[in-house]
Amino acid sequence: MTNKVTIPIGPQHPALKEPESFSITLEGENIVHSSVRLGYNHRGIEKAAEQRTYIQDIYLIERVCGICSHSHSTCFIQAVEEIGKFEVPKRALYIRTLIGELERLHSHLLWLGVAGHEIGFDTLLMYTWRDREIVMDLLQMLTGNRVNYGINTIGGVRRDITAEHVKQILKDVDTLEERTKYYIKLGTQEVTLAQRLSGVGTLSHDDAVKLGAVGPTARASSVDRDIRRDDPYASYADVKFNVVTDNHNDVYGRTLVRLGELMVSYSIIRQILDKLPEGPVSVRVPRKIPVGEALSRYEAPRGEDVHYVKANGTDKPERVKLRAPTLANVQAVSKMLEDGHLADVPIVIAAIDPCFSCTDRITVTVNNRASGSSQVMDWEGLRRMGIEHYRKRGIDFRNIKGIK
Amino acid sequence: MRFSGRVIFEALGSLFKKPNTVLYPAQKVPKAPRLRGRIVFDASKCIGCMMCVKDCPARAIAINKVGDKQFDCVMHLERCVYCGQCADSCMKKALEVTPEFELAQLDKSKLTVHYKNPNEQNNPQSEPEIKA
Amino acid sequence: MAFLNMLYHVLFFPGIIFLFAVSTFAEYYDRKLYARLQNRVGPPWFQPLADFIKLLGKEEIIPSKADAAMFKLMPIIALTSVITAFFLIPPWSRFTHFSFEGDLIAIVYLLTIPTFTYFLAGWYSTSLYAMIGSARSLFQLFAYEIPLFLGVLAPAVLANTWSINGIMRFYNHHPGYWPLNIIAFVVTLIALQGKLERVPFDIAEAETEIVAGPFTEYSGKLLAFFRLAIDIEMVVGSALLSAVFLPFWLNLSPLLTVIASLIKIFFIITLLCVLRTIVARIKINQMISFCWNYLVPAAFLQILINLVLKEALLK
Repeated sequence: MTNKVTIPIGPQHPALKEPESFSITLEGENIVHSSVRLGYNHRGIEKAAEQRTYIQDIYLIERVCGICSHSHSTCFIQAVEEIGKFEVPKRALYIRTLIGELERLHSHLLWLGVAGHEIGFDTLLMYTWRDREIVMDLLQMLTGNRVNYGINTIGGVRRDITAEHVKQILKDVDTLEERTKYYIKLGTQEVTLAQRLSGVGTLSHDDAVKLGAVGPTARASSVDRDIRRDDPYASYADVKFNVVTDNHNDVYGRTLVRLGELMVSYSIIRQILDKLPEGPVSVRVPRKIPVGEALSRYEAPRGEDVHYVKANGTDKPERVKLRAPTLANVQAVSKMLEDGHLADVPIVIAAIDPCFSCTDRITVTVNNRASGSSQVMDWEGLRRMGIEHYRKRGIDFRNIKGIK
Repeated sequence: MRFSGRVIFEALGSLFKKPNTVLYPAQKVPKAPRLRGRIVFDASKCIGCMMCVKDCPARAIAINKVGDKQFDCVMHLERCVYCGQCADSCMKKALEVTPEFELAQLDKSKLTVHYKNPNEQNNPQSEPEIKA
Repeated sequence: MAFLNMLYHVLFFPGIIFLFAVSTFAEYYDRKLYARLQNRVGPPWFQPLADFIKLLGKEEIIPSKADAAMFKLMPIIALTSVITAFFLIPPWSRFTHFSFEGDLIAIVYLLTIPTFTYFLAGWYSTSLYAMIGSARSLFQLFAYEIPLFLGVLAPAVLANTWSINGIMRFYNHHPGYWPLNIIAFVVTLIALQGKLERVPFDIAEAETEIVAGPFTEYSGKLLAFFRLAIDIEMVVGSALLSAVFLPFWLNLSPLLTVIASLIKIFFIITLLCVLRTIVARIKINQMISFCWNYLVPAAFLQILINLVLKEALLK
C-alpha cells in the first residue's frame, strides 16, 4: 500500500487526557510523518497573574495544573522569596519538600495507570489508581484538599503537621512500598507489557540532549540531570537520594525510571520525617515585594519546571513567565514517533507524561505571506494588535464598563 | 521467569476481597478535619478591615457595613475556590473553614450566601436578603 | 403442528428470546466478573438491557459520504448469522431438529460472517478511523481463523464425524476421552478470544488508538444491533466450545441438561473474562506471529495425537 493516510490524533481523542493535536501520516501501520500543534489549552494565566497581588497569585499559579499544582506553586513562591530575600524557616522547607514528594508519588502512580490504559491493560489502571487513593487521602489529611493543596504561602507554609500525621504517613508509605515492589515485578516480568513497551519511542542520548528533553524522559536516555541534586532547593540539600537513570532509551526505560523514582521518594519521605526540625512554619512578609527579578527551578514529576518573576515594588508582579516540563518534552515526540507503528502513538505520547494544561503559553510569530518575512511580537505589540483587530470591527474596548 | 498473566494471582485474590469503591451517596467517607469546605462568618468578631476581600483570589467575598462597627458578609459560593486565604488573612478569626463540601444546588441564586449580622439596624445600604 | 413447534423453537427456545436473555445475562456476568477481578463493584444486572434500550432511542447519524444502504444492512447481517449459528448447537443431545452432517463447518463459517460485516461496516463508513479499524479486523482474521478451525477439528477427528450431534454421541459412548483434547481446548479458547476481538486481541477496536474502529460512525439502533451481535457471538462461541470439548452430563433429564449446558457455557465465559483481565493488548504483527508460531503448531500436535489415538484405541 503506497497511499498515505493522515489521521488526526486529537484535539479530542480517547488517547489524550487533554486536548492537543498530533497529525500522523501513515502508510499502512507505519508512521511516515508526524507533527504537533499546541495551544488548545491556553488560558492567559501569565497575563492574569500580572493583575493580581502576590497572595492571590499563589492560588492562580497553583491552578495551572491539577497534578503538579504544588510544583508550580512552590516554584513561584521560591522566586518571590528570592527577590525579597526572605528567610524561610527550616520546618517550612521540610514540609514543602514532604508535600512535593507526596505529589510525586501520586503523579507517578497516575502515570502508571494511564500507561496501562493506553496499552489496553485496564487492570493495571484500576490497581494503581486504587493505591493512589491512599496518597490522596494522606494529602487531604495534611493539607485540606486532594488536589490544589494550597499549603504554600509567601514565607513558609500555612499548616503544620502533628505527630499523628507523621505516624499515618509512615504507615501509608510502608503499604505503598509493598505495592510498588509488586508493580516493579509486574513491569519486568509480564510478557505482553514488555512487548508493548520495549523498542517503542526510542530517543537516543544525543537526541535527548539536543531536543532539550527533561525529567524521566531524558533520564531514561541516560541523561543524568535532576534539579533536586544539581541545584538543590527546599530541603533537598539535607537528604541523601539517588538519581535514577536508565539506558533503555525507550518507553520501557521511562517506566523503569518512574518506578525507581517512586522507591527513591519513599526513602526521601522517611528521611524528612526523621529529621523534621522544630520551629515556626512561616515568617511575616511585607505585601510589597521590592524591585528585582528571579528565576527559580523545580523538579516537578514531569521534569524541570522554570518560573521567572519580575517585581517592581508594588504588591502585584510585573511579569510572570512559566516554562512547564511538557513544553520541553513535546518537541521530542516527533522524533520518537519516527519509524513507529500507529499502535505505538498513544503510549509514546503518554510516556512523556503530557500535561498540556501546563504547556500552553504563547509566542506570536506573524508570517507575512505577501512579503515572505516573519517577525516575533512582544507583549506591547500583541496587545496593540488585539485592540486594532477589534477596532476594525467596530468594537472599542474603552467604551465597555469595568475594563481598565 | 517471564510468563504472561502474572496479574492473575492478584486478580483472583481481589475476587474475594471487598471492592474498594465507596458507594457514594449511600455510603460516605469520613471527612478529614482539615478539609477545606464552606467558609462561615461570625459577625460579632468582624472589624471591617477588608483584608479578606483584598486577598481573595476569586472575588468571592464582600463585606458590607450595616451599622456602627457592624458588618455582614455576602459570599458567592460558585466563585469561591475554597483556598481558605480569607480565614488566614483575618486578624480577628471571624472567618472559619468548615469541612462541609456538599454544596451543589440546582438554582444558582442559592449559591449566594448572606451571613447576616444580628445587630443590624435597618440600614438602606445593606444588601437585599437572599435566603442562604 | 410441526410448523408451530418449529416456530416455538425459533422464537422462544432455543430461539431468539432465549438467546437474547442469555446473551444479555452473559454480558452482565462478564462485566461484573471483570470488575470484581479489578477490585471494583461493577454494573447492576440490568445494565446491558438498559444499554440496549437506551441505544434504541438515540438518533442515527449516517456520514454523508457513506453508502446508507450497506451501512444499515451490516448489523442485520451480523445479527442474523450469529442467531442462525446458535440453532445448530444443540443444548442437549437428543434434539436433532436443525442438525446435519457437517454442521461443525457450517457453524465456524457462520461465525466468520460477522467479522466480514465489521470489515464492511468500517469500509462503508468512509471515516479514517473506521477504515483503519476494518483493515486491522481483516488482518486479525488471518491470524486466528486457522487455529480456531484446527482446534475444533481435533475432537471431530477422534470422533470420526463432522456433526456436533455425532461428536456428542461419540463422547457419550466413550466417557473419559474428552480430557484428551486439552491442548486443542486451550488453542481454541485463545483463538475464540481473537474471534470475539477482546483483549489481548482487540486490535481492531482499540479504543485508545482508533476511537472505536469499525464502529466509530455507528449510533442509535444500528449500534445496538452490533453490540447485541457481539454478545450473541460470545455465547455462540462458548456454546460451540462447550459442546465440542466438554461433552459430559448429557444423559440427564431435559431440563437438567439445559442447565448443565448453561453452566458449561458460563464456565467458558469465565475463562474468557479472566484472560481479558490479565494481559495487555498486543500489536497486530505480534498477534500474527504469536498465532502462527504457537497456536497453529499446537493445534497440529493435537490433531496428530488424535490420529494416533484413533488408530490405537478404537481398532
